[in-house]
Amino acid sequence: MKEWIYELKTTFSANQVLTELADRYSYSFDGSFGEYLPDAVVQVKTKEEVVHVMKMANRYKVPVTPRGQGTCLSGGPLPVKGGIVLDTSQWPANIKVIPDDLIAVVSPGVLTASINQEVEKFGLMYPPDPSSAHVSTIGGNLAENSGGPRGLKYGVTKDYVIGLELVTPEGEIIKTGGRTIKNVTGFDLTKLVIGSEGTLGVIIEATLKLVPKPPAMQTLMAVFDEVELSGRAISKTLTSGILPSKMEFMDQASIQAVENYKPSGLPVDAAALLMIELDGHPEAIKAEAVQVEKIMKELGAKDIVVPKKEEAAAKIWQARKQVSPAIAKIKPTKVSEDATVPRSKIAEMMEKLELIKEKYNIELIVFGHAGDGNLHPNIMCDKRDEDEMIRVEQAVGEIFQAAVDLGGTLSGEHGIGTMKAPFMEQELGSAGLDMMKRIKDSWDPNGIMNPGKMFPERGQKLVLRHE
Amino acid sequence: MNDLKALQEKLQYDKTFDCVQCGYCLPACPTYETMEKETHSPRGRINLVKMAAEGKASLEDLEEPIEKCLGCMACTTVCPTNVQYGAILEGVKETLEDNKEKTKRSEKTEEFLFRSFFPSSRWMNRLGNATWLYQATGLQKVARSLRLTAMSPLHLGEFEKVIPSQPSPFVRKKRMQRVEPEGTPAAKIAFFTGCVMDSVFFEINQQTIELMKRSGAEVILPEHQTCCGALHAHSGKVGLSKELAMENIKAFEDENIDYIVNNAGGCGARLIEYNHLFEEGTEWHRRAKAFTEKVKDISEVLVKLDGLKFSAPVEKLVTYQPSCHMTNVQRVTKPPRQLIEQVPGVKLREMNNPDFCCGSAGVYNIVNYDDSMEILNKKMEAVNKTNPEVIVTTNPGCLLQMKLGVEREGKSGEVQALHLVELLMEAFPRPKSSIGKGSVCDLGIGK
Repeated sequence: MKEWIYELKTTFSANQVLTELADRYSYSFDGSFGEYLPDAVVQVKTKEEVVHVMKMANRYKVPVTPRGQGTCLSGGPLPVKGGIVLDTSQWPANIKVIPDDLIAVVSPGVLTASINQEVEKFGLMYPPDPSSAHVSTIGGNLAENSGGPRGLKYGVTKDYVIGLELVTPEGEIIKTGGRTIKNVTGFDLTKLVIGSEGTLGVIIEATLKLVPKPPAMQTLMAVFDEVELSGRAISKTLTSGILPSKMEFMDQASIQAVENYKPSGLPVDAAALLMIELDGHPEAIKAEAVQVEKIMKELGAKDIVVPKKEEAAAKIWQARKQVSPAIAKIKPTKVSEDATVPRSKIAEMMEKLELIKEKYNIELIVFGHAGDGNLHPNIMCDKRDEDEMIRVEQAVGEIFQAAVDLGGTLSGEHGIGTMKAPFMEQELGSAGLDMMKRIKDSWDPNGIMNPGKMFPERGQKLVLRHE
Repeated sequence: MNDLKALQEKLQYDKTFDCVQCGYCLPACPTYETMEKETHSPRGRINLVKMAAEGKASLEDLEEPIEKCLGCMACTTVCPTNVQYGAILEGVKETLEDNKEKTKRSEKTEEFLFRSFFPSSRWMNRLGNATWLYQATGLQKVARSLRLTAMSPLHLGEFEKVIPSQPSPFVRKKRMQRVEPEGTPAAKIAFFTGCVMDSVFFEINQQTIELMKRSGAEVILPEHQTCCGALHAHSGKVGLSKELAMENIKAFEDENIDYIVNNAGGCGARLIEYNHLFEEGTEWHRRAKAFTEKVKDISEVLVKLDGLKFSAPVEKLVTYQPSCHMTNVQRVTKPPRQLIEQVPGVKLREMNNPDFCCGSAGVYNIVNYDDSMEILNKKMEAVNKTNPEVIVTTNPGCLLQMKLGVEREGKSGEVQALHLVELLMEAFPRPKSSIGKGSVCDLGIGK
């Protein structure tokens, strides 16, 4: 037995340190690609335990990879260099709402959806809504800076964090930010840590900003014969003084996939669908709904649905939720990207995606949060088909290039992790990437904090094939 | 290499690729909740099967995680990509079973249990009779006071306390094989009696028959029916399970039957999937399909017949513990609740997370006693919050487990655990058609 494992086993209770092969394999994956076997899994439940693990790992120079519930789509919790997986999912959930300050203080293992359930009791809302919110932990959301459909109006995770408590790679507890909205004392380390994918430390507590829960909602669905028209309808709506909480897009392939999977009454001959949600005061959204309907009509929507009842609205959003499972029926392996472009470039990006689809002869389906330019091009393929996977690798590279060329980014909300690391320089330039690397090196002198992520190794390429 | 190919086929390796590891199954899995690690989650188990099929882990590594799975199938209900977890689980159980080296003795015991005991109505009746003898002669009291039963390693003592009183062998023997309603039958029903239901819960079976009769149906009990084979399949004995399925398909092959009705969620789940046991396009697949199309839970058929009028109120607060296999395999969730609400006086109060397994899971509570009790504790927490007078279930395993839960909480005086059928009978149901016509013959059962 390695000396550091022995040390772990003697300091923690037996059921907190997992070293059996079956257990190690059970923490070797996430929702993305590949499996990497850790040497040990430590299930931490207190701040002191995290400090202990980090101090020890730093002494032995053992890699540590923090993990929530492993729903990540970019490989954040994969222990690519072995060592320790630090499981925070079993940390007792603690949500302390301070309604007068419009904040909540939470422990890292709290499920994101349960924060909302708790703050709703006070008429408040925590807006970020990744679709995995009922499974994922807030710790994971913070590390990855998760988004969600409501990002259009409310922004993403980082916009709702005002303070953090963090264990550094050297095992020190630091506090960043605080409990106030305004705070300009020193560097904004809070924002630096959010989205750093566990490469700068382990988040052990967060102070979240809340907003009043909107009293009413209204859904609309608009049907288009041309993708380009739907793109223009988005721009027109957003420049008319209306900010919907969600504007979701589905292309023809995703509409048809849903109808084949669980018929929901979507128009299968449509080229594109927009699903819109307005929230706010009931009188205000009534007026806004009329205006949005008018805009959609003017821009050539061939049909507009404005459900009067909640169930009918829920049915529309249910259909949107079915896209992921529905397209999984096409082929077993899903390569889910989240390249994001400025809103005005959505139509252009759609055209480029169409060309890439033809060039590489791949099953490419596009849906996503069109209102904020965050598309989800999904490539459906089969891991076991080597030829196909090579084509997919090339196509992914071109999708990234297309997004960057249009002034966009590699990743809107999923993160870089292992898969997108080879493309970082393309977007940031070598000097930009180098500055990031220097920050990382000074925070983590021994390179033990989630190594192998975000920063490409020399000559690293995207590989989706089975070794 | 060829060995690995064969292993992959046996382990349903291809089916593991349907899992995209999104983790949506985690919050639904009772063992992930109580055992607190991925190894005991659906996603973790599927990944381990994959690792074993790729030769990266051994079959021994799989044993514990697979053995600890309840098979409640709650993961399949929430899975966004429709992973066939049931098929994967059965595949790996069969593989492990074939791989296991067994001592002669345990092999003999198992051979007896699965080949003769469960499938044999003679043995099951004897169990019922022995239980009756045991209770009627006062042996039970003696055994309890001597703590004999508490010493048994299988914790059978715990279960023994909650087994209901048994009817005498005479009552068992005189049961009719055909029961006709007053007037023209609204449907012809073949009743699947089940092994545990027909022995330990014989009385509930009688009440079930009575309810169908009063709903206007003609009920027959096909003579050559046997065990549904669920317990066999869950223990990796797929071949045996298939033999039993074929016997049942034959026994119920009568074109005049409208429904094949059962009152045990676990059996129903097996019966309704008989067609999965045979290759599509074969004669047996066709026969199995004809069988499964008629399979209904008692609650479904009572709602459908809509022939009962309850004549006495039951002023009780009820909570409903659905059988996992009713919810996740048969997908029958509304009819039992509809029936509970039809009973005058009853107030139904749903518990938090009712779809969370109670930990009974076939013979899981006997084989994995401690793990099962952890799960039961969680369940009882939710049950207690509703402060019920009655816990209603629809499966013998759940019923025993809920009785055990009540007993462990020291509430046997205040809280009853009942099968849905028992609750319905408490409200003196009468045939709608004969209301006002005077007395109803009730064969002397279901007081």
